[in-house]
Amino acid sequence: MSKQEFTLTVYTENQIGLLNRIAIIFSRRKINIESLNTSSTEVEGIHRFTIVIHETEEVVKKLSRQIEKQVEVLRAYYNNNEEIVWQEMAMYKVPTDEIAEKVKVERLLRQYGARAVVIRKDYTIFEATGHREETDKLISVLEPYGLLEFVRSGRVAIIKATRGFHEKLKEFEKRQPGEEVVENEFLNRKDEVFSM
Amino acid sequence: MSTTTTAPKKVVEEKATTKPTTSISGSVAVLEAFLAEGVDTIFGYPGGAIMPIYDALYDYQDKLKHILVRHEQGGIHAAQGYARTSGRVGVVFATSGPGATNLVTGLADAMIDSTPVVAITGQVFAHLLGTDAFQETDVINITTPVTKWNYQVTDATEIPAVLAKAFYIAKSGRPGPVLIDITKNAQLQKFDYAGYEKCDHVRSYRAKPNVRKEYIEEAAQLINSAEKPFVLFGQGVILGKAENEFRKFIEKSGIPAAATILGLSALTTDHPLHVGMLGMHGNYGPNVLTNECDVLIAVGMRFDDRVTGRLDKYAKQAKVVHLDIDPAEIDKNVKATVPVWGDCKETLPLLTELVESKVYPQWLQRFRDHQQQEEEACIHAELNPTTEQMTMGEVIKTLNELTKGDAVIVTDVGQHQMVACRYAKFTQSKSNVTSGGLGTMGFALPAAIGAKFGAPERTVVAIIGDGGFQMTLQELGTIMQCGIQVKILILNNQFLGMVRQWQQLFHDRRYSFVDITSPDFVQLAKAYHIEGASISERTGLEGALKKMLEHDGSYLLEVMVGKENNVFPMVPQGCSVAEIRLK
Repeated sequence: MSKQEFTLTVYTENQIGLLNRIAIIFSRRKINIESLNTSSTEVEGIHRFTIVIHETEEVVKKLSRQIEKQVEVLRAYYNNNEEIVWQEMAMYKVPTDEIAEKVKVERLLRQYGARAVVIRKDYTIFEATGHREETDKLISVLEPYGLLEFVRSGRVAIIKATRGFHEKLKEFEKRQPGEEVVENEFLNRKDEVFSM
Repeated sequence: MSTTTTAPKKVVEEKATTKPTTSISGSVAVLEAFLAEGVDTIFGYPGGAIMPIYDALYDYQDKLKHILVRHEQGGIHAAQGYARTSGRVGVVFATSGPGATNLVTGLADAMIDSTPVVAITGQVFAHLLGTDAFQETDVINITTPVTKWNYQVTDATEIPAVLAKAFYIAKSGRPGPVLIDITKNAQLQKFDYAGYEKCDHVRSYRAKPNVRKEYIEEAAQLINSAEKPFVLFGQGVILGKAENEFRKFIEKSGIPAAATILGLSALTTDHPLHVGMLGMHGNYGPNVLTNECDVLIAVGMRFDDRVTGRLDKYAKQAKVVHLDIDPAEIDKNVKATVPVWGDCKETLPLLTELVESKVYPQWLQRFRDHQQQEEEACIHAELNPTTEQMTMGEVIKTLNELTKGDAVIVTDVGQHQMVACRYAKFTQSKSNVTSGGLGTMGFALPAAIGAKFGAPERTVVAIIGDGGFQMTLQELGTIMQCGIQVKILILNNQFLGMVRQWQQLFHDRRYSFVDITSPDFVQLAKAYHIEGASISERTGLEGALKKMLEHDGSYLLEVMVGKENNVFPMVPQGCSVAEIRLK
């Protein structure tokens, strides 16, 4: 099984220290986190970690179970890039003189979907969102024009197949889960999941 | 990463309550929580940051027994021993900084061996957090990898709900250690207390799942079609209080069963279907036949590397049914053909109902044949030695004869542990207390103290090596002060024996720093007003053990055994279980 990019989506309570608890699951196994983002969700009080790692599916599967085992984690999903829609946001600071004289700003904006966020006498800040390759490309375009600073956010991703967390949360809040609540979801996907 | 703007919520939202309240301190709230949770014994050591709790404890001495240990590590091991023999949550107090860091080994031990423990640590005043205050340590972050859950309390109003949650998490599902760090201001703070409510639900935590019947059915089908089925059982059976359910299952299905080291006493040793112990120093048959069975049924065990040996050569021919309460264990090391996620107290009876009543005389005979081979190759010589020096095995054998297998056996780590677990007889559950997963030398003496408090009506024998004993021998002071009866049996081979064995077998006998000298253990015990004796002659063995057991009080018996005896059989590291060596 070869390594590939996986995105873990982890729904959690909002608790101090949980970031560490999740992070050490990776560091303990000497696995590098490529990108990590936390945010609130559509459900009040529920937070969401989006974690990108480069690993085999077998490892990712085990990691997600270790994460889900943490008391304050409600669910951990993992997906490959085909199963999600994702974006990263990047900002580029370039000298305004250079850019105004030498680049066709308009072309830049159109071609790379960039947006000028701030235009000052001394510098201009562009912003672009997209996949890694796209935001990387803009770096190489801007570099010759004296790129002063570049920063990129962690990945945010939405799983194509899910319908948010409202319904799930109701299940979690039930004290006695009924028969209709499928506790052990991975068992339903046994053939896919248990095929190492 | 982006940060969030909303404040983290408190563990339990404050509820609108109409109940009458009384004003109490955070410290009193801790002790009230203990009483409500049925705690009767606390192991601990006071210090600056936990003084308000100790001050409150002064008034609770008639309801809560506090055992003053000599080191916080001793405190948590005692709490573990208590939990293991009582089946309840062990409780330990420590102060901030060094007090708390001294708990770490025990927390790691409890984590890997799934022992329910609640540790309460004092912490500096909340306004001093992060200032490198006196005895301030980041206890929460230090203990995060070795706790099932931990939480820092800075506001006393949180204490009742947090402790309720702590006890619930520690004992439910797959049990484990929970640490609650309470800042000194919260211990002192008075608040309106509306009573204690036990926790039975945490939104983000499912202690145990609904059992999926279809998997029980699949498992039963697999078992019913098997010709050479084999059951492996672990501590899950004991933690799930499912000993009877387990016995009924194997008795109906007629399947031979072998134990992990922590599972040993879940089934009486002399049960006809109990075929021995698994693992590196386990029995011959269970190891070899793991690689011959056609269906392997694992109950409440986690396929530790000491059990499986080389994983890519482990039971590859077998279909695996894995019963476990922790979904993260399923497929972690060994791929399950049929995963049965659930509490074995629930899953085993369902499975028993569906399995056919059977016997496997020929298959069982295979285990007996292997047992015979092992008997001839190692067991006989170990238990009936003709050597001048005594063997550890004959000491355990004589102990068995005297206790009839009714004693709680607490072991430390090393050769004596393997020998004791191989040969000790158990007639009831929760009788084998040992540091299985972490392999913590120094575990036995303090754990035995806790074990005795957890099962005061039983005889507790701590079997310890000369090396391990010297790691926590300060707990003799605890024994002296609280007057608890612990029988200490030191098997002294004047070596760090297990390391020496490995050096002999795998490092060309280069005995690098395993030659350990010991003090006069009997004199040492005497200094603590504990009676003792030391023997080196076989003729005195039975009498000495008898005296130890019959003595009214704690007793230390040192038995000098052969210096360079080895524990066999052995699965060398990196080998498959089928490659187990008899010598």
